[in-house]
Amino acid sequence: MLLIPCPYCGARPQDEFHYRGDATVKRPAPDAGLQALYDFVYTRTNPRGWHLEWWHHYAGCRQWVKVERNTLTHEIRTAVGPAEDTPQLSA
Amino acid sequence: MSVHRLSQGGHINRSQRLTFHFDGRRFFGHPGDTLASALLASGVRLVGRSFKYHRPRGIMTAGPDEPSALVELRERSRTEPNTKMTDVELYEGLQAWSQNRWPSLKFDLMAVNGLAGNIISAGFYYKTFMWPASFWEKLYEPLIRHAAGLGRATCLPDPDHYEAVHAHCDVLVVGSGPAGLAAARVAGEVGARVILCERDFLIGGGLLLDPAQESWRKEMIATLQGIRDVQILPRTNIFGYYDHNLLGGVEQVGDHVAEPHPHEVRQRYRTFRAGQVVLATGASERLIAFRGNDRPGVMMAGAALTYVRRFGVAPGKRAVVFTNNDSAYATALALAEAGLDGVVLADFRRENRLAAELRAHGVDVRFGIEVSDFGKDRVTLRTPSGGGDNVAADLLCISGGWNPNVHLASQSGARLSWDATLSSFVPGAPVQAERSAGAARGIVGIGEAARDGLAAGLAAANALGLGGGDIDFPLPAPEGPCAPLEPLWEVKSSGKAFVDLQHDVTVNDIRLAHREGFSHIEHAKRYTTHNMATDQGKLGGLVGAAILAEARGETLEKVGLPTFRPYTKPVAIGALAGGTTGERFQPIRRTALHGWHLRHGAVMRPMGAWLRPSYYPKAEETAWDSVSREARGVRQSVGICDMSTLGKIDLQGPDAATLLDRLYINSFSTLAVGQCRYGLMLREDGIAFDDGTASRLREDHFLITTTTANAAPVLEHMEFYAQTVWPELDVQLCSVTDQWAQIAVAGPRSRVTLAKVVEGLDLWAFRFLSVGEGHMAGIPLRVFRISFSGELAYEVAVPSRHAEIVWRAILAAGQEFGIVPYGLETMDLMRIEKGHLAASELNGQATAADLGVGRMMKKTGDFVGRVLSARPALADPGRPRLVGIRPIDSGKRLRGGAHLVSKPGSGRSLGWITSVTRSIELGQWIGLAMLENGEAMSGKTVHAVSPLHDEAIEVVVSSPHHVDPENVRVRN
Ligand SMILES: [Zn+2]
Repeated sequence: MLLIPCPYCGARPQDEFHYRGDATVKRPAPDAGLQALYDFVYTRTNPRGWHLEWWHHYAGCRQWVKVERNTLTHEIRTAVGPAEDTPQLSA
Repeated sequence: MSVHRLSQGGHINRSQRLTFHFDGRRFFGHPGDTLASALLASGVRLVGRSFKYHRPRGIMTAGPDEPSALVELRERSRTEPNTKMTDVELYEGLQAWSQNRWPSLKFDLMAVNGLAGNIISAGFYYKTFMWPASFWEKLYEPLIRHAAGLGRATCLPDPDHYEAVHAHCDVLVVGSGPAGLAAARVAGEVGARVILCERDFLIGGGLLLDPAQESWRKEMIATLQGIRDVQILPRTNIFGYYDHNLLGGVEQVGDHVAEPHPHEVRQRYRTFRAGQVVLATGASERLIAFRGNDRPGVMMAGAALTYVRRFGVAPGKRAVVFTNNDSAYATALALAEAGLDGVVLADFRRENRLAAELRAHGVDVRFGIEVSDFGKDRVTLRTPSGGGDNVAADLLCISGGWNPNVHLASQSGARLSWDATLSSFVPGAPVQAERSAGAARGIVGIGEAARDGLAAGLAAANALGLGGGDIDFPLPAPEGPCAPLEPLWEVKSSGKAFVDLQHDVTVNDIRLAHREGFSHIEHAKRYTTHNMATDQGKLGGLVGAAILAEARGETLEKVGLPTFRPYTKPVAIGALAGGTTGERFQPIRRTALHGWHLRHGAVMRPMGAWLRPSYYPKAEETAWDSVSREARGVRQSVGICDMSTLGKIDLQGPDAATLLDRLYINSFSTLAVGQCRYGLMLREDGIAFDDGTASRLREDHFLITTTTANAAPVLEHMEFYAQTVWPELDVQLCSVTDQWAQIAVAGPRSRVTLAKVVEGLDLWAFRFLSVGEGHMAGIPLRVFRISFSGELAYEVAVPSRHAEIVWRAILAAGQEFGIVPYGLETMDLMRIEKGHLAASELNGQATAADLGVGRMMKKTGDFVGRVLSARPALADPGRPRLVGIRPIDSGKRLRGGAHLVSKPGSGRSLGWITSVTRSIELGQWIGLAMLENGEAMSGKTVHAVSPLHDEAIEVVVSSPHHVDPENVRVRN
């Protein structure tokens, strides 16, 4: 089970979190059109390796945090708040 | 003293006798015995029959590697099938039965399978039982069920208790042999918090086999017990190594007694989150494939040594030891010292310097020898030139070398690397914070392993920033290098030579798998079931891989081993469940009024984690009697209902209205303070997510409600958008579901009832969809004029701790009007009559338009789901839309889930029934349904078919609002 370093609470076990997926996709502006919204909801690159993703610390501080996780090794490099950028991958 | 029990030596307590039964026969043993050692001491050799061929089998090992000696342990509800008797600590009154024999162990009719020979070869199940299909059910399956399988599981509930414990430590040491003890001690002495786990009931591992090491073992244990932050857990097997240094284990708290002590658990499921891990898991001896290598009397050489040295048991009368390495010399010596006659050591190699010492002890050491057959009390020896010799022996000890126990290292993600000296795999570079030590990474010798353990323990502590000081304690002397092993996997001859004894897989099965194209190690494993039994091929896994390598003409290193997976040893489901069984399966949520409901006879029903009143039957009332009485009471006068489980979210901040505008399809910035409004949220993909009301308490303060089921998902959804998509909005949100109880008061007399209770709020001036604050005897109340039932109604929110006082006050006020408490069933009946939505309509497939609330969508402005809800397929007017239905024959009942078709027998579904009820107002069954072209179908008839009930009922389509479609009552 993963140990996720919540930037607000410290390292906490995975079962305190819910997963939401790719944190690099940005919700488009309302007038961006159907295709842009479609891509936001459905289109994912599904990388092998480093992946920036949303995790919700629902059983802790209730903050959404951005976590850099390696999809191959499950290694976690960093976790930051939603407004921050991570050093390696940018959202 | 039993026939095979030695008069001295070992870690058993001869002064105390334990009585036990095997197959109904009485035996004796001693504390410190396992079931296997006690049976061997009593001269028992035949203990089971094999899985496929029903061949007689004996005890092969002295631990959890055991493939053959499986028993059903204990009786009735505590029956534990497929238990390895080598892994069962003996206790007074133990009962065990042999398995897989019919009608008896000594005379097994199914042994004819062995004579039928190759019909049950590799892939047998895949090939034989495929066609025709009807044969499977009638013939093959009963046949297999009778022939195969091992023990029988009990069908009775488990009477014992289990619990889960989660621990954190700096250094977790797995295994308490010389390496594990040294690692734990050094880490403990530099100040690390250490947990040392040992699967066995005795601490010491290989130290238990050498009397010369006993004083060091005792000193190490005593020292460790004296270090405050070192915890020793015996009887605790680590079964799995997971991500981020989390390891799982099971502590057998009460398995070594007939019944667990009162108030104690039987097993404890443990997880360990470790800073660093030292894997000192030792090594397992591997077998050699030859004809008869499965017969009773064949035993791993290390196991034979264990029986002599640890249990004081001579496992036979005359012995041959067959080896390709030095380790079995200690076995031959121990057997000779134990008084066995004419011990023959057959070494496959050319020579060995240890021979002289053994010969001095009377051991007949022969070189260049293979064992080619083991029959009844007779070992056939063969020289490379082809010469043969038969030696009488009832015990044949074999050693094909040692495999480091790499299972946990492999599970941790470390690749395995080939070690040519051992002819085996050792752990490669660590991926997680772990290191292997001692025999687990191929280090041979007690003193060598202890030194390696010390280094590993120190490195683990150093990695955590601990260390310094002079850590020095005495270690056993190194044994020095041993002569090299000469790889030997198989002695070729006709007849069955096994590589997997538990699943009866032979060398020929492996070759057949290769011939038939299953040449990858993972394919060969599945095709032959090699390694797939409960011992996971610990004895013969590598041997099978070697046979495959030879067949493929490649190196064993290249062929490799199948992936190691948890569990390293079978784990009881009960242990994994821990304490979360039965009513403790999940936490139960109770409303503040729960006690009142129970005292007043409510039939409670689970709704998610909540318990809610379903209805409140009076004496002699059926469920429907009660529900119909409650519903009439509400529709004709007044009723009261506990609505506390609805999700409640408090929003505060200047941008609260903006956030709601962007989350709901309708607008809330236009809502005046003191007003509420029904709202619907979509998911971003345009599908309806949840509905509820939003009330504006102040300019910058809203309270919204969600459905009970979606309370948590809606909050999470709102937090996602507030925190990540629009972080610039100044708004805070918080669940207040548990803080406020909510009481619905509904019916034409709800106003006059409530007016007697609520102070500070003029209910006659309080219009539909208003929110206001009042109080009752100093208790603050929030009053909402909203209605789920379709009647004139209010909901009163009260701080949870005062809920019952207010509830009772309302009941007292309504007494003169005959107020009735009503439950979920009545609520559901009334909302279906009214055509309000619930979870069966908000099913994750319907759009706002499908549910008939599309016109609520605001004309301008962004909100979640707006863009994608306009996709052509979702906007198609032909989609199933919410309608009302009722049978044309008013005597017929409706069923939820029935499909709507144009005529009976039609294969095309036009929609389905989502909710049904018997209507109080209409005096017949009514329902809500999703129907293609719903609105256009109004007034037409379709057929509701339920093939499960063989029913087809003609129904007429209507508006979903069966009762008061003009909404007159709620506005009264
Ligand atoms: Zn947190």
